[in-house]
Amino acid sequence: MASNWPILSLLIWLPIFGGLAVVAAGEQRASLSRVLALAVSALTFLLSILLYSAFDTSTAAMQFTELKPWIETFDIYYSLGVDGFSVPLILLTTFFGVLVVIASWESIQERVHQYMASFLIMEGLMVGVFSAIDAMLFYAFFEAMLIPMFLVIGMWGGPGKVYASIKFFLYTFLGSVFMLVGLIYLYIQSGSWSILDWHQFPLGLAVQKWLFLGFLAAFSVKIPMWPVHTWLPDAHVEAPTGGSVILAAIMLKIGGYGFIRFSLPITPDASAALDWLIIMLSLIAIVYIGFVALVQQDMKKLIAYSSISHMGFVTLGMFLAFAIFQNTDSGRGAALGVEGAMVQMISHGFVSGALFLCVGVLYDRLHSRMISDYGGVANRMPWFAALAVLFFMANSGLPGTSGFVGEFMVILAAFQANFWYAFLAATTLILGAAYSLWLVKRVIFGEVTSNDVAMLEDINAREALVLGTIAVAVLLVGLWPEPLVNLMHASVDQLLQHIQQPKFPVAGI
Amino acid sequence: MNSANMLLAAPEFWVLTMACVILVADLFLVEERRGIIHMLAVITLIFAAIITLRGDYTSDGARSALAFNGSFIRDPMGDVLKLFSYFVLAIVYVYSKFCLRQFRMFRSDFYTLSLFALLGVMLLISANSLVMIYLGLELISLSSYALVAFDRDSRKGSEAAMKYFVLGSMASGMLLYGMSMIYGATGSVDLYQIAEAVRLTGSDDTMLIFGLVFLVVGLAFKLGVVPFHMWIPDVYQGAPVATTLFISSVPKMAAFAMAIRLLQTGLGDLHTDWSQMLSILAVLSIILGNLAAIAQTNIKRMLAYSTISHMGFVLMGLLPGTATGFGAGMFYVIVYSLMSAAGFGMVILLSARGVEAEKLDDFKGLNQRNSWYAAIMAMVMFSMAGVPVFVGFFAKWLVIKAALDAGLIWLAVIAVIFSVVGAFYYIRVVKLMYFDEPVTESPIEAPVDFRAAISLNGVMMLGLGIFSSSLIAICMASFGA
Repeated sequence: MASNWPILSLLIWLPIFGGLAVVAAGEQRASLSRVLALAVSALTFLLSILLYSAFDTSTAAMQFTELKPWIETFDIYYSLGVDGFSVPLILLTTFFGVLVVIASWESIQERVHQYMASFLIMEGLMVGVFSAIDAMLFYAFFEAMLIPMFLVIGMWGGPGKVYASIKFFLYTFLGSVFMLVGLIYLYIQSGSWSILDWHQFPLGLAVQKWLFLGFLAAFSVKIPMWPVHTWLPDAHVEAPTGGSVILAAIMLKIGGYGFIRFSLPITPDASAALDWLIIMLSLIAIVYIGFVALVQQDMKKLIAYSSISHMGFVTLGMFLAFAIFQNTDSGRGAALGVEGAMVQMISHGFVSGALFLCVGVLYDRLHSRMISDYGGVANRMPWFAALAVLFFMANSGLPGTSGFVGEFMVILAAFQANFWYAFLAATTLILGAAYSLWLVKRVIFGEVTSNDVAMLEDINAREALVLGTIAVAVLLVGLWPEPLVNLMHASVDQLLQHIQQPKFPVAGI
Repeated sequence: MNSANMLLAAPEFWVLTMACVILVADLFLVEERRGIIHMLAVITLIFAAIITLRGDYTSDGARSALAFNGSFIRDPMGDVLKLFSYFVLAIVYVYSKFCLRQFRMFRSDFYTLSLFALLGVMLLISANSLVMIYLGLELISLSSYALVAFDRDSRKGSEAAMKYFVLGSMASGMLLYGMSMIYGATGSVDLYQIAEAVRLTGSDDTMLIFGLVFLVVGLAFKLGVVPFHMWIPDVYQGAPVATTLFISSVPKMAAFAMAIRLLQTGLGDLHTDWSQMLSILAVLSIILGNLAAIAQTNIKRMLAYSTISHMGFVLMGLLPGTATGFGAGMFYVIVYSLMSAAGFGMVILLSARGVEAEKLDDFKGLNQRNSWYAAIMAMVMFSMAGVPVFVGFFAKWLVIKAALDAGLIWLAVIAVIFSVVGAFYYIRVVKLMYFDEPVTESPIEAPVDFRAAISLNGVMMLGLGIFSSSLIAICMASFGA
């Protein structure tokens, strides 16, 4: 059966070597690059479906584990495995891996081989991040991922690409080096690099707090949280469509994944002690960044700010658990929060990816992202308008779409923690609707405002395929979230049980 | 003195002999046949490696063996460093041949001088007495002074050589002064006996500490760490790029060995004293090296400041005084030599028609001119910046781990913050190559051996990173960690 294959290794290395093959195909053979990239990414996606179908949802233990020595002198292993948190994210990654290749089929004409290779390599590295159980391996993937993204933004980006790409690189690099110090410290204390060993390793509260802050530095930049979010709007605006899609749909999720994999289980007591900090920052992101999104003139910037605001829900949902434990006896509310955060990540992956693709569709035609340059697009592009409106509705959390499920779960959980948390979090339903629908009104509906818009042509089959596929996913998760939630259920329960146990060593602090 | 003892120094004898042979052989060769000198030099290195590898001195279970009345030592650390010195020098020769030909400086002096310098490197690596250390050091220094002034007609080169000579002599003087005080305090020049004497007298001896200060100053000069770094940027910029390539790579491994021999073997009991001094030097180097590099527009100067910061990291490995720390420093210095060789190799590659490509802008749009060379340079830059999974990351990681092991969390935090600062100027080079349009469309041409060497050198950045396990194990095993 499939469990005998090193399926995770295949998922990581197939796109990476595929990427190298694409780049070796050379600049002259652009169409070969495209076809090869599509084949590799499609194969990877099929493999991940295989992973999903063979995944056992009844256990929280790591599955499909692989273990090989890497740097034996320091107990570093090439150690892979997936649980209920990683599988959905891996599926999301491989899903967008295919879509990005299709979406960039025509819009990228220069150095196609390098473009496609960057995305394939990035895909492999991101799968690596989600499946590494060795902290050193995780860190290697986590950092190496920056390089292709840096090149994508800088090589195919807009006019401000240099500033945006360097800011992106340095911001995330700065965040993660603090985590590196924390990881090395943990190794020195515990003598192991296995994240699972660290989950069980007792630590004093003071140490936990420092480690927590180290993790926070890395993941808060990545996800990103207010006030370290400023790289994101720049990177999004300047990146080519494919870059924005991967950035929003997957890279941000790595921050959230980090909180679940590192912060909560390794430093549970510090998380409990400092949960007010995360909750506060999340609420600021949800409310304040929501207002910031409202005033944006640039569509990509608006979606970028809306992403930050939605990521606030993710961090909020994860760190509500401690307040809920205090208020109620059952952990059901806490589970709702964490599951809501996970669903929100997946849903936001679909929705924000789709929104950036929609902007890409418009940008390919008019070469403008400014809201004021559009108006009445629906008159010329009815199919596009239908899909775009669906995605913007999902972005504002309309019931029946995936955006609703996650937000609703988190708000329900927030009620069990504190009324005001829930109250502030719920403002997003108003703010999100406001900025999303106002954008829809200005860009898509109304009279045709300019000659350029009057010349627009509706989406072709390729674009319809990409957007249509995501639309199906958005509705599927929105109407029937059960399979997705089941996937992570066992892992969430185990995580919540784990974080209720103090980790102090027996001798006290 | 028996022959078995002499055999321990067989690689040194071989290199010495061949240096003399090349010196004489040149007299009998016409201009067109000078390629033979190059071949001879490379063969010298290959055989030196074979002799070093075959030397068996651990038969009686000991990890090291002494010769020449205890002033010469063969041990695993020395062997590994020597092997990498041969390897890096061989790469340097391939790069330099192309460079020297282009600049019409293809003379055998470069080979003889650098082989004598290599002899100095080997002696320094294997030195076990103050006299041998001084001997090795001066052999390197004198050869390097001449190499810097190799382009006779260049005013910048002569100026750089002058600066290097004056400052280098002063550093040697300091070192000698420190050595004489150590001798005065302990009554011996043999490092083992010095260690024994220090153990007996304890670390309260003022003369000993005074001597140590001067030793560290001399050492800092040779390594080129702040505040004794002034010569580095000027010499790197002024010297012909082939020379810069040489002095930035191979002698650093010797300087590392010298630090180990002097501070650990000889004065290990003064660890608390020297580790304080080294921590100041390390922090200042990492900070100043990285900050000053940002302001440079000349790539040779930029790499010079980057060297300063790298040497700060090497010192960071040394200062905890632990076996893992020394292993980390050794790994770092080896990796640094390889990275530096590749970096200057790229500068040579881009130099065309007798004009050195020393401006950062010369790298503009390299990806469009030749994407493979751009990829090599990008790998070198990411490696220097310490991005995983390039080998430079593992070097930084090991020294940071060594510092954390010793409880020096503040030092580790400073180091990581400034490695992010450093990342800025490295990725700026990547930006120039990938994001900017080329200034010139002229194709980049190089002979096949050059292309092979630079490709190998570049791929090593990634290969040694992914498969860093064995090199790390070797370095750690050298110190029994």
